[in-house]
Amino acid sequence: MPEWWTYSAEDFLLFSPRAYWRLIERHNEALWPAQVLALLLGIAILWFLLRPRPWSHRLIAGSLAILWGWVAWSFLWERYATINWAAVYMAPLFALQAVLLASVGGRLRWSFDRSVRGMVGPGSVGLGLFLYALVLHPLTASLMGRPMRGAEVFGIMPDPTAIATVGLVLMAAGRWSWLLLVIPLLWCFAGWLTLYGMGAAESWVLLAAAGAGAALAVLPVARRQDSD
Amino acid sequence: MTATRRAILQGALAATAMAMQPAFAGAQAYPQAGAPAARRIPSTGEAIPPVGLGTWITFNVGDDDELRDECAAVMDAFFRAGGGMIDSSPMYGSAQQVVGYGLRKLGQPKGLISADKVWISSGSRGPSQIEESRSLWGVPRFDLLQVHNLLSWEEHLKTLFAMKAAGRLRYVGITTSEGRRHDLLETIMASQPLDFVQLTYNIVDREVEERILPLAANRGIGVIVNRPFQQGVLLRRLSGQPLPAWAGDIGVSSWAQVVLKFIISHPAVTVAIPATSQVAHVRENMAAMSGPMPDAAMRRRMAEHVRAL
Repeated sequence: MPEWWTYSAEDFLLFSPRAYWRLIERHNEALWPAQVLALLLGIAILWFLLRPRPWSHRLIAGSLAILWGWVAWSFLWERYATINWAAVYMAPLFALQAVLLASVGGRLRWSFDRSVRGMVGPGSVGLGLFLYALVLHPLTASLMGRPMRGAEVFGIMPDPTAIATVGLVLMAAGRWSWLLLVIPLLWCFAGWLTLYGMGAAESWVLLAAAGAGAALAVLPVARRQDSD
Repeated sequence: MTATRRAILQGALAATAMAMQPAFAGAQAYPQAGAPAARRIPSTGEAIPPVGLGTWITFNVGDDDELRDECAAVMDAFFRAGGGMIDSSPMYGSAQQVVGYGLRKLGQPKGLISADKVWISSGSRGPSQIEESRSLWGVPRFDLLQVHNLLSWEEHLKTLFAMKAAGRLRYVGITTSEGRRHDLLETIMASQPLDFVQLTYNIVDREVEERILPLAANRGIGVIVNRPFQQGVLLRRLSGQPLPAWAGDIGVSSWAQVVLKFIISHPAVTVAIPATSQVAHVRENMAAMSGPMPDAAMRRRMAEHVRAL
């Protein structure tokens, strides 16, 4: 791209905020009541994080893989690509994340380990990000003065799905867990660019999630002992 | 009734443009104060309304029926006010589809001057992209095709000139925006038989007045002005300011009209293409075509006033 330094976030925005928010509203209307099922699935994941069972690790990884695949097809490919041609390139990345979750993710231990302590440790931050994505993020539409039918729900929309996954992977233990962070972090950054370009205040949550995930994944203080 | 009014407007524009032909051929003299702001395409002398319609962002509404109908209403108001050129690009998401939807809904308005772009790095894939764009618009052929942002311009210009020679295209152009790559733009303008160049120009972004606009005038290249309102930033900045006393002298009632009249009163400018998704705004923009046009002294006064705000 020539003279790339002359471009701003707004230059990459192909659509108006109104077209974008209406797209989400129409997506929600088309999928209702799948949002309820996604929310219940999120609550189930939370339950097994706190009360892990021998089989629950695979259940969490498999559920996440299905949700990433679902978001790739239903939102990115079928819906978002109608106003953003770049979504055609993002959808395969989401599908790849689904494959990674099903393969690498199936060998991780997905639990809130109280031994990974501290208010700023990966466990606590991870749980915080997951709870935000599950409970608070859907409310941002209303908080920003948009209709509740524009709520972005975990497992339905990419932003909360990516934030929740960053949180879950921060809690997960096992070899190669960092591999599951790459695509969610990329999406958080891309989502921040989009929302920032639209002047949406919630853009900073995505950037904070990306920053927290990246920092806790690479900072020595955040490194955890693999339990495998 | 609509067709009659449109025909009258188009006839009036064409007649005015005919009367102004010598003035534009010289391309150095400003239109006389009070003269209607019709323009002619330098390479052919064809009359063209000086305010067109851009589709960047505003027409990228996907398959949202409500928003598509709003875009069609904007197009309807545009043609009713005597508009001609609509500009789009494969880069603009669903904008081409939405333009095609609007044209079908409006019964393929005869006043349309279709302007699109080729935007693909592979020169060999240019023709297939152009054909897809034409299909999305639903027009038999484009009036104008431009190389978007100078991407693979040498290969695409060969394609476009060949299409023009074969009678499958009327005009050929190149585009840039936000002041980027003006050195290359100048080189191409000086060496290629272009009909149009598209660039960013407005009352605060005036770099092109130094070299590009005079070059266009000397080479007989029409100038299409994009982002006249800096994607709304300029109008938001001006919105809190009262209209100056001289606004009445040039027959404007809003800052949008001030900005548009400043642009289209430059003798080298052929058409400005503001983008909007609101009928009220397109009517306001199109009204800038009528009434007195600022002369050179007034243009200086306008620019100084806005710079001082």
